[in-house]
Amino acid sequence: MGGDLVFYGFALLTVLSGFFVVASRNIVHAAFSLLFTLFGVAGLYAQLGADFLAVTQTIVYIGGILVLVVFAVMMTRIPRADAPRRGLDRAVPAAILALLAFALIYMVIVGTRWPQRATGAPEATVAEIGTSLMTRFVFPFEYASLVLLAALVGAAILIRERAPQDDPADADDPAGNGEVRS
Amino acid sequence: MTAGLEHYLTVSALLFGLGLYAVLTRRNAVALLMGVELILNAASLNFVAFARFVDGGVDGHIVAIFVIVLAAAEAAVALAIVLAMFRNFGTVNVDSVNRLKR
Amino acid sequence: MSEHAILLSALAVLLLPLLSYAILFFLGKKLPRQGDWLGVALLGASWLLALRIFAHFWAAGDPGLRIEANVRWLDLGVFKADAGLLVDGMSAVMLVVVTTVSLLVHLFSIGYMHGDRRYERFFAFLGFFTFSMLGIVLSNSLLFLYMFWELVGLASYLLIGFWFHKPSAAAANKKAFLTNRVGDFGFFIGILIFFTAYGTFNYFELFAAAHLHPLTGALLTLAGVGLFMGCIGKSAQVPLHIWLPDAMEGPTPVSALIHAATMVAAGVYMVARLLPLFDPGALLVVAYVGAITAFLGATIALVKTDIKKSLAYSTISQLGYMVMAMGVGVAAAGMFHLWTHAFFKALLFLGSGSVIHAVHTQEMPLMGGLRRKMPITFWTFLIATLAISGVPLFSGFYSKDAILAGALAFGMNKAHYVPFLLTLAAAGLTAFYMFRMVFLTFMGQPRDEARHHHAHESPWTMTVPLVTLAVLAVISSGWRGPTDGWFSRFVAPYDMARIVEETPGAPHAGEAFAVPAAVHGEHALPQESHGEAQESHGGTQAAHGGAHDSHDAHVRHTAHITAMVLSILVAGLGIFLAWLTYMRGRIDSSAVLARLPRVHHVLQRMYFFDEFYAATVYRFTLWFSWLCGAFDRLVIDGIVNGMGYLTRVLSWFAGLADRYVVDGLVNGVGAVIQGAGEGFRRVQTGRVQSYLAYACFSVLLLVFVFRAL
Repeated sequence: MGGDLVFYGFALLTVLSGFFVVASRNIVHAAFSLLFTLFGVAGLYAQLGADFLAVTQTIVYIGGILVLVVFAVMMTRIPRADAPRRGLDRAVPAAILALLAFALIYMVIVGTRWPQRATGAPEATVAEIGTSLMTRFVFPFEYASLVLLAALVGAAILIRERAPQDDPADADDPAGNGEVRS
Repeated sequence: MTAGLEHYLTVSALLFGLGLYAVLTRRNAVALLMGVELILNAASLNFVAFARFVDGGVDGHIVAIFVIVLAAAEAAVALAIVLAMFRNFGTVNVDSVNRLKR
Repeated sequence: MSEHAILLSALAVLLLPLLSYAILFFLGKKLPRQGDWLGVALLGASWLLALRIFAHFWAAGDPGLRIEANVRWLDLGVFKADAGLLVDGMSAVMLVVVTTVSLLVHLFSIGYMHGDRRYERFFAFLGFFTFSMLGIVLSNSLLFLYMFWELVGLASYLLIGFWFHKPSAAAANKKAFLTNRVGDFGFFIGILIFFTAYGTFNYFELFAAAHLHPLTGALLTLAGVGLFMGCIGKSAQVPLHIWLPDAMEGPTPVSALIHAATMVAAGVYMVARLLPLFDPGALLVVAYVGAITAFLGATIALVKTDIKKSLAYSTISQLGYMVMAMGVGVAAAGMFHLWTHAFFKALLFLGSGSVIHAVHTQEMPLMGGLRRKMPITFWTFLIATLAISGVPLFSGFYSKDAILAGALAFGMNKAHYVPFLLTLAAAGLTAFYMFRMVFLTFMGQPRDEARHHHAHESPWTMTVPLVTLAVLAVISSGWRGPTDGWFSRFVAPYDMARIVEETPGAPHAGEAFAVPAAVHGEHALPQESHGEAQESHGGTQAAHGGAHDSHDAHVRHTAHITAMVLSILVAGLGIFLAWLTYMRGRIDSSAVLARLPRVHHVLQRMYFFDEFYAATVYRFTLWFSWLCGAFDRLVIDGIVNGMGYLTRVLSWFAGLADRYVVDGLVNGVGAVIQGAGEGFRRVQTGRVQSYLAYACFSVLLLVFVFRAL
């Protein structure tokens, strides 16, 4: 079936690029792999009939968060440093843990009889999501905006330029012409 | 085989495993964050898949939207922390930042 | 004119002053002559449109005709509110009153405010005030009435405090605002009671609903008294009248605009407009408050020497008349008095402004003999004085007479003679103090030569409004009473049957509040049982019993003749006494006052209302804050300090124990901990990911263990 082919395509894209995110030594490559992973997830959303979510994923995740990540990569990369000293002492236990986690979840997936319902053709969800956000979920919705605001303020405070520590009075003198005052 | 609920859940589980591995192994704080993003995406995918095959409404979508919102907030703060860390310690290697230990 | 054209004109009447405000506020300084011509022109256009609407209703001659339009303004599911315009006879009359006085005040201000530093700002505020007032007149729902009500409060605050650099003006506008807030609080409660009960703000839907499903007993009275509290505040009724005299600190044109025709009339208009919502109990309160106000205001005006203060108390007294008219069931007469009073009181204020402009003082003992210096001002002032004193052939006579007749009929029907007697006495006092004012200001010999020498007649922009208003003060009654003259084309009692019929969307009361109309028939129709007093009918009109009719007609007729004769006699007596006292000097006013020191003191201090508030409200507030402060100091600080002291004592003991008991233990424990720490520090790597790995491992372990179980 055509739909299945698309599903397997996106699933493959997601998992493979996710693997590269994890495995790539070059952080820039990892970031770009993440792009494909996120895009693959967006495709899966579309397959699931979540049209609005797919678009949101594309715009916010890929357009916003990922760009932020890439910026961070660029600003923090030390040339030639970050020697990838990847000892097996860390990779092996981590791999075991990750595999165990996957195995556990997979067992649950396979071992459970899911109360599935018949699925019809997916419908447009935008209107319903909008209504829900404004009615049943209006409190979480407002709360999320509060969280975003707090994050914004917090981030701004965190990366603010610090005044020199030796003269606390300089803190309220952003122009730096403290010597004018006696 | 038609793609059903289990298929999506499996993809999600794979993503989760990969993310967990990244979080556990990467030394670069930014790369560690990418692992977190993978885990978040895996969770969202679960929600949407359940919304499609079990619940039928859009509640799962809304949870996924909130996940995206929180991911954005998290990314903003975390990356700010990474930048502050870089400024203060000259590195983004999470292993090197252990001043509290001393 | 079609209904559509009427509505559009009404909207334009409302919005033109707002436009004037907006332009003058932002661009006033840049316009030639600071834009005063623009304000006058826009107000003039507004005035012309108001006249057009007036003409339409004149031609229609049907007081029950109403033109209404609604726009859905808010829709929050359970809460819906419409923005609407309502034009009917009553609002047409009010439109003319407001725009006419406002236009003349604009003209007058050109001369009076000449050279003021914030000249253009003054005109902007005048426009804003006019807009708000017109909003009160034109709104068709309690919600918008309340909004514009507050806007008027704000505008009056701005205007009274226009010379805010004077501390007295700054205090006066604050006082006006706060006093009004007290009344508005009750007003708001009244509105909420009606909205809760009937789920609508629209006047006529409320009337119909209240008519069909009246609220039970006390709740209706309570709501009516609540609404009336708004009127008490805005229309300066006892006991919230204290702001009005202080508000004379504003420029005199403001006094004329706010305290003659508009803001203070808003309360009266509101009661007249909402009359079907008042039950007999509430109306009795209204009647008594109005009568007491009329009497108190008149007595205080007797002893005031400041010409504007005296006029202010005169205004309070006249407003008392109007309010009492609402209460005794002659609402139309009250509205008629509002109409005539607007013109002659504006004239009095503007005349006093003209005098103040000439002699630069407000103290009447420093004036005198200004008649020859300012003939136009003198003659117009005299006309207004005759009108307010109730001399026949002047407009005030016809309106005041109708009110007194209504009060007398009310007294005969309900055995409540107090309102009538108080207002009759007030009528005589009015004639006395007004002529005292005229004699002191214009007649006799100048008492301050220097001021008299410099006095001069005012420029034409100030005299033209005076003359116009003087003409209106004579003719505005049409030499007829409110119900047999032209006024009956505009204002008549509400015809409830027609309102119910014409208001299809009338909501039904909630079960909790309503009782069947049959049970509460008497309560529902306030005026029905005692009938409309005199020839003017106020309040809720319902089908009469025939027996009542003949009796009522008889009572009305008797009351009318009696009241007319009495009021003419009383007014003549007042004028005669004033003449004896201040012209012929037969009665020495200071000797009279010296004989009655207590009375004089009480009047001079305005019945101690300010002192009363200072002694109760202010003192209570101060006392309460002091109490809070003391509580803070003694109890809270005491607890904190006590805790601190206790802690110190305890710690001294603890220190002893520490030194001898604990230290030994601590050293031992320290040794143990150190040993353990040496072991555990290997786990504590300081690497985030190690911790994460431990956590993951533990979780997985737990899950597997529980699955296995």
